[in-house]
Amino acid sequence: MSNSEKNYIEGATGPWELVVGLEVHAQVTSKSKLFSGASTAFGAAPNTQVSLVDAALPGMLPVINEKCIEQAVRTGLGLRAQINAYSVFDRKNYFYPDLPQGYQISQYKNPIVGEGAVTIDLEDGSSRDVAIERLHLEQDAGKLVHDLQPRKSHVDLNRTGIALMEIVTKPDMYSSEEAGAFLRKLRTILRFLGTCDGNMEQGSMRADVNVSVRRPGEEFGTRTETKNVNSIRFAQQVIDYEAHRQIEVLEDGGSIDQETLLFDPDTGTTRSMRSKEEAHDYRYFPCPDLLPLKMSEEFIENIRATLPELPDAKKDRYMNDLGLSAYDAGVLVADRDMAVFFEGSAAGRDAKVAANWVMGDFLAQLSRRDQNFANPTVRAEQLGGLLDLIADGTISNRIAKDVLDGMFETGHDADRVVEEKGLKQVSDTGAIEAMIDEIMVANPEKVEEFRSGKEQLIGWFVGQVMQKTQGKANPKVANELLRGKLAG
Amino acid sequence: MSVDKATVARIAHLARIGVNEAEMEALVDELNNILSWVEQLEAVDTDNVAPMDSVHDGVLRWRPDEVTDGNLQAEVTANAPEEFEGFYVVPKVVE
Amino acid sequence: MTADLTKLTIAEARDALAAKDFTALELTDAHLAAIERASALNAFITGTADQARVMAKASDARRAAGQVGALEGIPLAIKDLFCTDGVLTTAASHILDGFKPPYDSTVTAQLWQAGAVMLGKTNLDEFAMGSSNETSFYGNVVNPWRQYGSNSALTPGGSSGGSATAVAARLAMGATGTDTGGSIRQPASFTGIVGLKPTYGRVSRWGIVAFASSLDQAGPMTRTVRDAAIMLGAMSGFDPKDSTSADLPVPDFEAVLDQDLKGVRIGVPDEYRVDDMPEEIEQLWQQGIIWLKEAGAEIKSISLPRTKYALPVYYIVAPAEASSNLSRYVGVRYGLRVEEDGDDYNKMYERTRGQGFGAEVRRRVLIGTYVLSAGYYDAYYLKAQKIRRLISDDFKRVYQDVDAILTPATPSAAFALGDRIDDPLSMYLNDVFTVPGNLSGIPGISVPVAKTEAGLPLGLQVLGPAFDEEIVFKVGHALERAAGFNEAPDDWWSDAS
Repeated sequence: MSNSEKNYIEGATGPWELVVGLEVHAQVTSKSKLFSGASTAFGAAPNTQVSLVDAALPGMLPVINEKCIEQAVRTGLGLRAQINAYSVFDRKNYFYPDLPQGYQISQYKNPIVGEGAVTIDLEDGSSRDVAIERLHLEQDAGKLVHDLQPRKSHVDLNRTGIALMEIVTKPDMYSSEEAGAFLRKLRTILRFLGTCDGNMEQGSMRADVNVSVRRPGEEFGTRTETKNVNSIRFAQQVIDYEAHRQIEVLEDGGSIDQETLLFDPDTGTTRSMRSKEEAHDYRYFPCPDLLPLKMSEEFIENIRATLPELPDAKKDRYMNDLGLSAYDAGVLVADRDMAVFFEGSAAGRDAKVAANWVMGDFLAQLSRRDQNFANPTVRAEQLGGLLDLIADGTISNRIAKDVLDGMFETGHDADRVVEEKGLKQVSDTGAIEAMIDEIMVANPEKVEEFRSGKEQLIGWFVGQVMQKTQGKANPKVANELLRGKLAG
Repeated sequence: MSVDKATVARIAHLARIGVNEAEMEALVDELNNILSWVEQLEAVDTDNVAPMDSVHDGVLRWRPDEVTDGNLQAEVTANAPEEFEGFYVVPKVVE
Repeated sequence: MTADLTKLTIAEARDALAAKDFTALELTDAHLAAIERASALNAFITGTADQARVMAKASDARRAAGQVGALEGIPLAIKDLFCTDGVLTTAASHILDGFKPPYDSTVTAQLWQAGAVMLGKTNLDEFAMGSSNETSFYGNVVNPWRQYGSNSALTPGGSSGGSATAVAARLAMGATGTDTGGSIRQPASFTGIVGLKPTYGRVSRWGIVAFASSLDQAGPMTRTVRDAAIMLGAMSGFDPKDSTSADLPVPDFEAVLDQDLKGVRIGVPDEYRVDDMPEEIEQLWQQGIIWLKEAGAEIKSISLPRTKYALPVYYIVAPAEASSNLSRYVGVRYGLRVEEDGDDYNKMYERTRGQGFGAEVRRRVLIGTYVLSAGYYDAYYLKAQKIRRLISDDFKRVYQDVDAILTPATPSAAFALGDRIDDPLSMYLNDVFTVPGNLSGIPGISVPVAKTEAGLPLGLQVLGPAFDEEIVFKVGHALERAAGFNEAPDDWWSDAS
């Protein structure tokens, strides 16, 4: 565990060190649930994606989904973690209306994945590893709805039994920035692996945030746990709020209660979770309806062999092989779809040019049109085609922006849009010379000014040529010819 | 190991089984009889013995990731004591 | 004529139906009539007479079209622990009031697939927890057997007391039971019928109300060993919906009957000679040894040193699993709901379960909750599971030297209703000979062999190695032949109803 003084929080009585641990619940991408064959699709009518097993009817039994096992192993490998060939499913017993069995099938002492690490990238450009404690598989619970009838709550079990990966870090983050960077990186890794879509608003990824403070060098302080935080921004708010609240309490001579809290985004504060006030005795024991999970070395190696290139490796490759800056590489790999798109458009071309277009004008088009890199109107090869036209001089950079707009409007390839809009760059020196002559004749004062030393007026002249050609003149050619003619 | 009223009350709450005062004393005695009877197991030497984790040393069987179930809203709610627009109903839960 | 039909065995009825001596409908009607006259026994919770007649007619139609299943037209009683599609299923508990499953258990689905007919759902100890059928919400079941010269109501044993009574009193040709600690074999012994618990994993648990998941097994209760073999064949088989189901082919269990026992080594365990064992039981056991010797078997003395720990281990492990399996009964998705104004969900759960569960279920759920709770898990549950492995290892070791084991089935004959219900521990001792087989997952059969001096039936138990039901049937059949016990209880109940 490492930390630097830059993270210390200055209290009234001296510096405090903040310690953060996260438990992230990530819904596994799979068609059916962990122990039942019902669908995992989001948004269906209540209790329509519920099998008899999910509804915990008498005599029902769990049967494990092989895809969920694969996804957990894949994720474990992406977290550079120990894969445990032998693991056990345990029952976690407690009563709550969203838990029809009265127990959750989870993993307690023998999880499928052990220790690992995630590299986080901080704003100052440095990186460090956050230690992972473990990853285990467990069932998700149902949903409670509270506003349909007065004095009643309503239970929808569609979500019950969907596979979750619970990813637990060690208490190894020391600021809200680090926690945010971790969540961002974890989400990217999961999306790169295709094991979880990381959609926090929809609830497919949520975090329990553990916060404690201590005087530097002392033992860990008592921590609070804020549950089910469903955005990275909220997680950071929770950490900052809790850190300051706890410091205030301690500096006033009080002590921190080990509480389970909920975050209220409207007030930006945490409050005690009434329903979970009592300490829980979960009475974990191995689920007798299941047998121990055993995976062969071959199974694990097959997954390892088919892992996609992960963000850190990709970023290094972009920097070392493609010559991108750390910043640009970082932006591109933060979003798997963007990285994939970039690679498709940069193949066999100037990577830096491609990167600029992807991160600049292309991204701007997506934002305007409410699209994303996963399914844009203009495909990567099509952007590549546009870049080719710029490279061979068919169009200028300026015109290319219009062409791109046209491509988004029509879905057509770049050269077709250029044809249809007549945007071919004019490089015909004769035609440009003729225009230059016209401009010079019409603006003798400007010519005089240029000749008497105002060299920056070249810009105005080039502008005039561009105007006359509706922007289609090749500005480089125009510039050269102008200089020649203006020189006299 | 024996249990007292307070322990039995705590266990009953853990198990969500309401036990009234009249029933409590008899229950404490009954449970203590059973617990003291099973105490004899303490004497058995179980050093280096692995607990039974599956009856015939079997391994968990995996099923393919296919949607083969669900779409049973009527069936899974048919026996519910209280049902509303496809939901199960419970007293209002404050979180 | 119809009364005679209820005296047939399944094997005999199978032949007679094939010979068209009578129809499935006539066979079913004869049994429905017998059930009508037997309410004093309280063997059934729910009768399904109309459905039975529909099923019987359909069976006759199938037979006419040349389709004959293994149990074609055979009327059976189903323990009310098996979920049956559209038919009230209660587990003999108040907490499952009104529950009509929209599904059939795998076992019952297979029985209907084999052509059997459902007469009704039999009474049992609540959630299968008991050995005397005195804990049912629907009242006690009465053993059709009585002591000579006595009208005292006796227990049929439990938890499958209703099934045992139905078969013994000729109300059904066979019945399904479940055996977690002896709940098929013990009532079989008390009612003079055959009861078999298969190897754990041989028969699917899907759709059977769960009591203790690592111990529960469904099995047949019949009047003869051959009938049990026929029924087990139809009940067995790999079920992909049950992760503990064994993916093994089902042998033809009937094929081994009538084979002699030459070369078969029978183990007689020293430790099954318990303190205060009645002289009659010891004598019966010795008689069994002689019978098997005469049939060609070699008898060997064996030691199963951890036998005496089996009962306390069971009474930690089974309640622990049950405490978790019964957590779903809270009045939300099915069954009884007790709620008062102002209750939150916790209060509603407490009221529902407090009123819905009977005293024995409550005791076991609380014990189970306790032995799993923080601070006690290692000392109780974990310790018990370790000793369980030792008990199982004891059997594995002796099966290297013997092929099957012979023991008494029960430490006494049927006792009077009310005799032991106030003393849970004395009740638990009923299962002393049967529980080790459950803990080890091995198959066992109880075969009726004689009556006590007081006129009550007793059985002997044969245990086999895992997945070797064939040796159990072979030895059990030899015992049955040698003992020649084919007595039925005198019908006192038809007048009493």
